[in-house]
Amino acid sequence: MTRPLRPDLAAIAAMIEDGARVLDVGCGDGRLLEHLKEAKNVDGRGLELAQQNVNACVARGLAVVQGDADADLHEYPSQVFDVVILSQTIQATRNPRAVLGQLLRIGRRTVVSLPNFGHWRVRASLLFKGRMPRTHTLDYSWYDTPNIHLCTIADFTALARETGASIERALALDSDGRTHPMRSDAWSPNLFAEGAIFLLRLR
Amino acid sequence: MMVEAATPRFLRPLAAPAADIGRAIAFGDDRALALDAGRTLAPWTCAYMTYGTLNAARSNAVLICHALTADQFVIGNHPVTGKPGWWPLMVGPGRPIDTERFFVVCANVVGGCMGTSGPAETDPATGAPYGLDFPLVTIRDMVRAQAMLVDALGIDRLLCVTGGSMGGMQALQWAASYPQRVVSAMPIATAARHSAQNIAFHEVGRQAIMADPDWRGGRYQSEGTQPSKGLAVARMAAHITYLSEASLQRKFGRTLQDRAEISFAFAPDFQVESYLHHQGMSFVDRFDANSYLYITRAMDYFDLAADYGGVLAEAFRRSPARFCLISFTSDWLFPTAENKRIAHALNAAAATVSFVEIETDRGHDAFLLDEPEMLAAARGFLNSVALAQGVA
Repeated sequence: MTRPLRPDLAAIAAMIEDGARVLDVGCGDGRLLEHLKEAKNVDGRGLELAQQNVNACVARGLAVVQGDADADLHEYPSQVFDVVILSQTIQATRNPRAVLGQLLRIGRRTVVSLPNFGHWRVRASLLFKGRMPRTHTLDYSWYDTPNIHLCTIADFTALARETGASIERALALDSDGRTHPMRSDAWSPNLFAEGAIFLLRLR
Repeated sequence: MMVEAATPRFLRPLAAPAADIGRAIAFGDDRALALDAGRTLAPWTCAYMTYGTLNAARSNAVLICHALTADQFVIGNHPVTGKPGWWPLMVGPGRPIDTERFFVVCANVVGGCMGTSGPAETDPATGAPYGLDFPLVTIRDMVRAQAMLVDALGIDRLLCVTGGSMGGMQALQWAASYPQRVVSAMPIATAARHSAQNIAFHEVGRQAIMADPDWRGGRYQSEGTQPSKGLAVARMAAHITYLSEASLQRKFGRTLQDRAEISFAFAPDFQVESYLHHQGMSFVDRFDANSYLYITRAMDYFDLAADYGGVLAEAFRRSPARFCLISFTSDWLFPTAENKRIAHALNAAAATVSFVEIETDRGHDAFLLDEPEMLAAARGFLNSVALAQGVA
């Protein structure tokens, strides 16, 4: 590997079995896919919105389709992937509930990682400054953010239940990128975790 | 602008090009070409060009399939027009399809008019030009003919089959017809079926040709005429579909041609008219009208899914190839939606597929032009395929 993998991506990679068939939705420039291909011999596919990212992926020999998670996931057949990954993307979708439903349909397992809007700094910013929070992971003003559907760990846990998913594993991400197993309905990760990673499957 | 012409020059007869057709293989009666129309073609000729060198392992061959009005002269000077070939930005030394690394083959399609058997060629049975006695051909026939050429060149597997527009149709057909012979396919600005709108445009072109009194029921060669006016009108109409409203507006707007004011007459006042006249008249110098009828018909008939129970994914079920699909945002002839439909079918067939949509206002013709993102995607894709196959 030429560059070290971002800690949250490394944590996702650790959840994926060797040789698995993987779809990475919102795969960016293909860092995770490339790692999975090299380190785990994964048969990986990607879906990515940005043309330059898609080009970067294609140039690295990755199979990536330019498209939109909101619009294109319904085209994929059911249960064809061992794992579908949605990494730091759900908060930017127009319809997170529908997207999650599609992911659970397409993959036997689904990995979702997300920033936690319930973190105490976010809460404190709104409480004491009265302004929409800007953090180092979500560094946008309210008017230009692509993150149109931010949620807390508790919110996502509730959505997963509503869409019929069972949570097989849940990891809290701290500010150093370390992961800690958590109970997704516990109050403390929702206050102290910067983000979370969920491994889901349809009940 | 190129032309000032109150009377279009395309009224004059076609200068018969006794042109060099590059290389050619003559297939005898023992190697007949079986056609979808139920007839066979024998003997027949396949004219082609090659660029670069076939390696010892015979593993570096890239087949390029040309579009409706192109031919085997991908790069280098064209023997009829004297102008550069049709894909010099994509193909050549150091280009994405690098002729210092790959052995590039391009054949004139069956039904064409640059040396491969087609309606303008002589029917060996009669000694006269085939004209409309030439059998109707399909995209699958074109691919079958190419497979025979590739066999004759001693190539078993193709590192990549690529092409834009009708060339992309052939690349798709290759993957479906010969799954074990195609390592990768890069269809560009294409579709797995010809749309109703595209069939309609083709019919306008064919009617323009057949309405020309000099077409003579297709026997113009025997009768010493040329349906140049009809063919030029067909080209003019088609050429509009290769561009986009935005690019026409940007290039020409309402600018007048060599005059300060409108003339209150039907001579071309506007630059865009002169441009189209030029496109029409330069086309008739190099293309055969009956070939235009045959090849447009082949595209109309193309519906890859129809051969597989109407399920496009079934066409690719047996294909181990890697695919890279490229479309352009302003292409209204082969829009992104048609290319995406192919990508989805490939996904459903569990094929390895990449799909890139290039942002441009240059319409369908963008695949021939300097589109850096397209060239970068093609370069990256082909390079990764070559590395995976051990092609240095």
